[in-house]
Parts: sequence; structure tokens; C-alpha cells
Amino acid sequence: MTQKSLGFFNWINARLPILNTYERHLSKHPVPKKVNFWYMFGALASVVLIIQIVSGIWLMFGYENTEEGAFASIEYIMRDIEYGWVIRYMHTTGASMFFAVVYLHMFRGLLYGSYHKPRELVWVFGMTIYLVMMAEGFLGYVLPYGQMSYWGAQVIISLFGAIPYIGESLEIWVRGDYYISGATISRFFALHVVALPLILIALVFMHLVALHEVGAGNPEGVDIEKHLDEDGVPLDSVPFFPYKVLNALVAIGIFGIVFSIIMFFFPEGGGYMLELANFEEANPLSTPEHIAPVWYYSPYYAMLRAVPDKLGGLIVMGAAIAILFVVPWLDRSKAASIRYKGRLSKIAMTIFVISWLMLAWLGTVPVTALRTTLSIIGTIIYFAFFLLMPIYTSIEKTKPVPERL
Amino acid sequence: MESLSKVESKLDDPSSLKIEEPYRDVNPTRSTSNEYTVIAGVCTHLGCAPKYYPEMESQPWDESWVGGFFCPCHGSMFDIVGRVFKGVPAPTNLKVPPHYFDGSILTIGEERGTA
Repeated sequence: MTQKSLGFFNWINARLPILNTYERHLSKHPVPKKVNFWYMFGALASVVLIIQIVSGIWLMFGYENTEEGAFASIEYIMRDIEYGWVIRYMHTTGASMFFAVVYLHMFRGLLYGSYHKPRELVWVFGMTIYLVMMAEGFLGYVLPYGQMSYWGAQVIISLFGAIPYIGESLEIWVRGDYYISGATISRFFALHVVALPLILIALVFMHLVALHEVGAGNPEGVDIEKHLDEDGVPLDSVPFFPYKVLNALVAIGIFGIVFSIIMFFFPEGGGYMLELANFEEANPLSTPEHIAPVWYYSPYYAMLRAVPDKLGGLIVMGAAIAILFVVPWLDRSKAASIRYKGRLSKIAMTIFVISWLMLAWLGTVPVTALRTTLSIIGTIIYFAFFLLMPIYTSIEKTKPVPERL
Repeated sequence: MESLSKVESKLDDPSSLKIEEPYRDVNPTRSTSNEYTVIAGVCTHLGCAPKYYPEMESQPWDESWVGGFFCPCHGSMFDIVGRVFKGVPAPTNLKVPPHYFDGSILTIGEERGTA
């Protein structure tokens, strides 16, 4: 840098803590020296967030948020706007990939006990992000106003109606009309493009600030803060730049390849990412033969379907998400990482993963008597995994966690 | 008509006691006609449109299906006159709207003589 530009930089820096922030949160930020690929999904999630914001802005250029114009404007984006199809498929693929990386990111948290003290708030902010993402994904899915948009909205908004006493008026208030209409589309549009993204960005910021305050975890569950050098930097850490940045670049490169393959060659994801019925305009008189949510909601949809009661279904579905928030206080294990937990935790984790995947599959296929029974079993296992966690994590024998990473 | 009594054991509320039933005990069809049933095609669970499967044949969701309505959204089942099955998410029978028959003309939404 020349003398002059350095002078300018110093002038700014004396007024805005650029260098300080850069060093504290990026260049010198200490991260555990040994982590594995599971620790890449957080970075990937922020990459997808940026993809979604940028592609979303471009989609807004062509989208029309009216009952008459919504579906046609999507067709217009797909066919008439140059590279409109890339922008739209980028956004739809991005939605699925967002959930994919977030699910893997959350699973990493469960696997290595990333929520253990002092990272409880990091987990809670993360779960709030997940909750807002689910709402954001739903709102976005309604906007094209295809058949699945319409009936998905019909079902989800009707869920409010299951709440005793206030349900019916709440339902109308949310919908903005007595049935799904242009009023619903325009408010969903406002929420999808302004309100929830703002909340999402604020939450991501809080998630990162909280994370940087306590430092990232590691697959061993070792507390690296115990052994510091004379500058107060953990001995088992490396600076974020260049070590983690280079790692992340490799991950982002691989992720970019996967993303592009899906976006260019399989944007519909076999009907799991963009459902075929949604290529047909909304018809309030005819529900499609086979209704299923996109894959990332399907485990919870299977739970809703499994409960033979309107309010009960809503409660179970809500509780399934709510229970995730309190995991830091359910896990009583001395060891954070699954590597040092006892056999019970490992068995519980294995059964949980299998039943979650089973529920995800069940949520995408039509109902039969046997599948309903399986959904009930899956739902019970899902809750048992969390509700019994205080018991099995405290009675099992853990292996000693090493001092150093 | 025969199937109406046959499914009764599977129904949650065969006499529609849980809801306001405008023409209770008038006809087994739940309507003012003994030939036609008039019901709102809106699932009482979350508002989808249940599909009409009149055939008396085994269905993926029920092996001993005797005809009726099946909701594709969450698998609620209703018999041929819209009475809900036990053990499904829908809480009540499909609604019967006020209606009247005038020869071959069916008017839905009002009672005879109110208009």
C-alpha cells in the first residue's frame, strides 16, 4: 500500500473498527486445529444464504405478486427473461441445498455435542434460524401459485384453525381473506422478501457473534480454552486465515459443483424439490391426487399425518421442532462428542437417524395403513430420543475426554 | 344404502352428533332427498378437497373400502355420505349445507322458502 492510501485507511480505521473486527473475527480468530468435514456446513449455509438473497432479488424483477399474475409471471421468468430459468432454478435449488446443509450442520451439532456448555445460545440461535427458514421456505413455495402452492397454503394456514378459541379468526387474519387469494399472495410476498430475510440475517449475525464469543467446538469435545499460550490464544488452535479459509474454499468448490449439477440437470429433484403438480396453476376446486410437501418438511408432515386428531397433530408437529431448542439441557453427558459417549447414546443416535430418515420417506409417499403405523412408530422414536436423553446420557459410562486436541 | 350400515362400525360419529346437522334423521343420505347426498367438499381437517372413490374395492388406504371420500392431503376417510372414519386426522363429518330440491333443481345455501 502506498503512503497515501495507508493514510486514508488509517483515517477510516480511527473512526470505524475495520482492522480490529477483521483481526478479531477473521484473520486472527482462533479455531480448533483439528476438525473434520462436518465442520464445513456452517460456512456453506452462509454461502447459500447469499445465493438466495441475490437470486431472490433478481427473481423479484420479474415476479408479480397478484392472484392473476403470479403463475404467469413465473412462466415469464422461465421463458422470456434471458437466463431467467437459471435465476429461478438457482433459487429453488438454493432452497433445497439450504435445508440440506442446515440439516447436516444440525446433525453435526447432535453428533459432537456442539450445544454443550458454553455453546447453548449458539444452538438456540441456530434453531431459531431453522424455524425461520421453515417459514421462509413455505412462504416462498406459495408465491408461484401453482397447485401445490395453493393446497400447501390451504393446509398450513388451516393449521392455525386447530388452535382452540382464537383459531378461526387467526386463520382469517393470517390469510387476509376467507380463502386463499391475492390478499394472501401479496402478504406472503412481503413476508418472504422483506420481513423474514431481515430476521434471518439478524439471527445469523447473532449466531456468529455468539459463536465467536465462545469459540468453535471440535469433534473430540475437547475444551481448547484450557491450555493457552502467553498471548491467551488456545494452544490447540490455528488462525482462521489462512487455515480455515483455504479449507472452506475447497468445501465451497465441491459444494458449487454439486449445486450446479442439480441446478442445471435436475432442478426438479425428481419431484422432491419442485413438485410436478406445481407446474399447473392453482385450482381451488381440485386437490391434486397425491399431496406431499417438499422433502425438507416431510418428516414433520409424516408426524402430522400419523396423529388421528386435528389439534393433536398440530401439537405433535410443533413439539417436534420445539424440543430441538432444549437439547442443550437434555444432554447430561460429561462428554460432548459421540466419540466419548457411552453405548446407549450411540444406539439412541443410530435409531434416531434411521427413524428420521424413515419419517422423511413416509412423508413423501401416499398413506396406507402400514405406513401410518410406521409413522406413529417413527414419531414415538423421535420424541423418545430427546425425552429419554437426560436418562441415557446420565446413566451410561463415558470414556475420558482427552486434555488436548 | 346397504353400505351405509356396513361401515357404521368404522365411523367416528355415524349420527353426526358432534356437529350441527341440518337434516338429522330425515334421510340416511343426510340430505333432504333420499336419493342424493349434498355435502361440502372441504375436508374438516385442514380444508383440502377429499376425492370421490365410489368403487367398492380394496384401496391402498383401506382394504375393505366400500366407497366414499378420501382426502389426499392427510389420508382422512369419509363414507359415501361424508361421515368421518375413526382414527383419521379429520375431527368431524363433512358439513351438510342448507339446501332444497325443487324437482330436478337443487338449490344450495338456503332453505326452502327463505329466499
